[in-house]
Formats: sequence, C-alpha cells, structure tokens
Amino acid sequence: MISIHSQIQANKMKTVMVMTIFMLFVVTVSYILGKSLGYGSSWIGLGLIISGIMSLVSYYYSDKMVLTLSGARLADRKKDFDLYTVTENIALSAGIPKPKVYVIEDSAPNAFATGRDPEHAVVCATRGLINKLSRRELEGVIAHEISHIQNFDIRLMAIVSIMVGVIALLSDWFSRSLWWGKRDRDDRSNISAVLFLMSIVLALIAPLVATLIQLAISRRREFLADASGALLTRNPDALASALQKISADKEVLEAATNATAHLYIVNPFKDKNFSAWFANLFNTHPPISERVKILTAM
Amino acid sequence: MLFALAAILGLIALYIWYIYNDLVSSKMRVGEAWSQIDVQLKRRADLIPNLVETVKGYTKHEKKLLENITRARSALLSASSPKEKAQADNQLSGVLKSLFAVAENYPNLKANENFLQLQKELADTEDKVSFSRQHHNTMVMEYNTKLQMFPNALIAGKFNFRDKEYYEAKKEDRKKVEVKFGE
Repeated sequence: MISIHSQIQANKMKTVMVMTIFMLFVVTVSYILGKSLGYGSSWIGLGLIISGIMSLVSYYYSDKMVLTLSGARLADRKKDFDLYTVTENIALSAGIPKPKVYVIEDSAPNAFATGRDPEHAVVCATRGLINKLSRRELEGVIAHEISHIQNFDIRLMAIVSIMVGVIALLSDWFSRSLWWGKRDRDDRSNISAVLFLMSIVLALIAPLVATLIQLAISRRREFLADASGALLTRNPDALASALQKISADKEVLEAATNATAHLYIVNPFKDKNFSAWFANLFNTHPPISERVKILTAM
Repeated sequence: MLFALAAILGLIALYIWYIYNDLVSSKMRVGEAWSQIDVQLKRRADLIPNLVETVKGYTKHEKKLLENITRARSALLSASSPKEKAQADNQLSGVLKSLFAVAENYPNLKANENFLQLQKELADTEDKVSFSRQHHNTMVMEYNTKLQMFPNALIAGKFNFRDKEYYEAKKEDRKKVEVKFGE
C-alpha cells in the first residue's frame, strides 16, 4: 500500500523527469533542424514566438472557448443543488475560491475542469453525471477536477503545447525547404551529409515523438489528480466507483470533440477495444482499470 | 574582513526575516481556515429556528426534542474555543439525527417541501463543516510542523509563535450523514 502523499510526490517527480527529457528533446531537434536549414537559431526563435502566441491565446481564452464548444450553461444552486454544493465543499477542502460551475445537458456522465489558475477556474459536469452518481461519488469526481486546477495542470499543458508547436513548425519549415530549397545547393556542401540525413529523419518523426511525450505527461497528470483528489475528500473509494460507473456507461458524449477530449475525467470516446499497450501510448488518459486499482489501494 | 562579516550578518538577518514572514503567513492561513469553520457553524445554527418552526406545525409530542435542539443550537452559538465548538456541533448533530428519525412517523412532515429543503441544507452544512475542518487541520499541521523544525524553532520561540489547536470531532461524523439521508 502506498500512501496518498507519496503517490503525489512520485507523480510530481515523474512529471519533472518527463518535462526535462522533453525540453532536451525540443532543444536538440530545434538545434539540428535549425542548423540544417542553414538559418541558425533565429528560426528557432521565430518558431518559439509563433507557437507561444498561439498557445497563450488558447491559454487565456481556453475557459470561454471550451465552454462555448461544449454548449455548457451556468449551474443554478437550486436546480443543480448537489453539483453546486459539492463544488463549494471541495473548494473549501482545498482552500481555494469556489470555481464557476457549469452544466452540459447531456446524459452521458462526464466532467472536466479548465481555467488558468484557481481564480479563473471552471468546473463543468454533464447532466448524466449528476443523475447517475451518488453525492459521495460526485465529490470524488469534482475533487479530481479541482486537483487539476490546484496542480496548475492547465498551465503545464499550455507550456507543453508550446513546445509541441515549436517542433511541428520547425519540421514543417524543414520539409518545405527541401521542396523549394534550390537556393540551398551551395550551402549544402557545407553541412555534412550525416547532419542532413538526420534532419530528414527528425523532421519526419519528431512531431510524432513530441505528441507522444505530451500524451505521457497528460496521463501522468491524471494519476496525480486522482491522488490529490483523494486527499481532498479522504475517500478514494468513492472516486474509484465513480470512474467505474462512468466508464461502464454506454452513452457517448456528443458535446466532446477531438479538441476537448483530453480535458474530461474519462476519455469521452471510450474506444474500449484498444486496451493494448501500444494503443495506450496514444491515449490522453490512463486505463480506468489501472486508476481504480491504484485508488482502491490507497 | 569586516566586509565579509557584515555580509554574513546581513544574510542571516535576511534569512530570519524570511522565516518570520513565512511563519506569519502560515499563522494567517490557520486563522482564515478557522474563520471558515466558524462561518459554516453559524450557517448551520441559522437553519435551526426555521427547522423547529416547520416541525412544530406537524408534530404534537416532540416538544422535548425540539427544546433540546434549540438548547444545542444556543450552546453552539455561545461556544468559543475550537474544542467547545466541536463538542457543541457534535451535540447538535446528535439531536438532529433523532429529530430526523422521529420525522419518519409523520408522513405529512416528510412530504413538506420546506422540510425536505431544510434537510438537504442541513446535510450540506454538515459536509461543509467537515470539509472546512479538514482544511483547517491541514493548515494547523503545516503550521505546527514549521514551528518544530530547525531553525524555525529558535525564531518561533523568540517571537512567541505558539502551536495551534486542532478542530476535532468524532471520527464517525462523516458516516452519520450518509446513514441519515440514504438515497
């Protein structure tokens, strides 16, 4: 049995490790591609600026964008008594101001949180979640969501997506330069053939690798949110049974799109056939069975 | 030489300054967490008169019980130390529990919209008290740990920082709520 505190500690350590590897990867790829393009580091700078602006915009407006995309409306204390008061209570337990509470009128049970810091936090649940879970289970789910906010996961994932963006842009520019790169002829003799070959390979696989690392970080943060959520309610079993209920539910959440899928507590697309290790690499969320196993052992 | 000595003394002063401020903000957080419990206890007490009024209209033989509830409420309002408040709150939970058990005998009361709403609100404030208590105790633990640690302990002693009291109630409190309002 591993205590919740050491779970949290281990998850944080792993995130730091993955982030370090990721930074090194981004720097190396950028360096090699930049060198091969023959323009040096100014291109990396440009890539960083463009990707940074794109991510910052989504970082600052993510709450509004997501809510509009999923058709959520503000919750009412009287009508959505349980969701509203449970969110109040978990915020009390976490010592943060009460987040804004939204409801999606969809019978598939699911929930997500967004917002860049505890002052701009939003918690959103579907009608199905409110109806199908008991109050204690609802507490577990909301505590998981509020943990995402408290752990600044939205901020972390924004930084990660800036880096993924840089890699994508640089690879793209490199591939393009191969097409209309006649001008490079003279330079090319200066760069070694090895470096050039490496760049081609990198331009092809780097975006994929970057995305895989991004997904690995996302899964790590899900485990972390489970553990710190359990610390908020002192009731990991309730979250475990909620996760089982949500994943056993057959309904598909129509409000979710590819762009918002990673935000939800349980992957809204639920392609259960792909439980293999390889398919897991491409998932934003760890498998439910593993999350439940860890939670019940707490 | 003199310069080096001055630099070292300066660094030490800065360090003490930092620890002092850190202890102050920890202490503030405990105070804030405590006032949150207080707010929730007050909210709880405020719901009682309304509840008593509603129940009175439907029951004839429960005078004694209602008196007990009113007494438990005033005990809660007049309690001052964390320990006293925890005890008074426990007491109130106990009598409320018997009230809701007795309510089973009055179908009309059980169907009353107002009564149902109050029952929900009371269950919710009980949750709120327990979650604020949990937050408060976490903050107390953080603060008390800081006081014990070296070198904080030396500074804490000099500036009269004292251990804070935990807000404790019986462990089975959380469970009681679940039993009472089983869906």
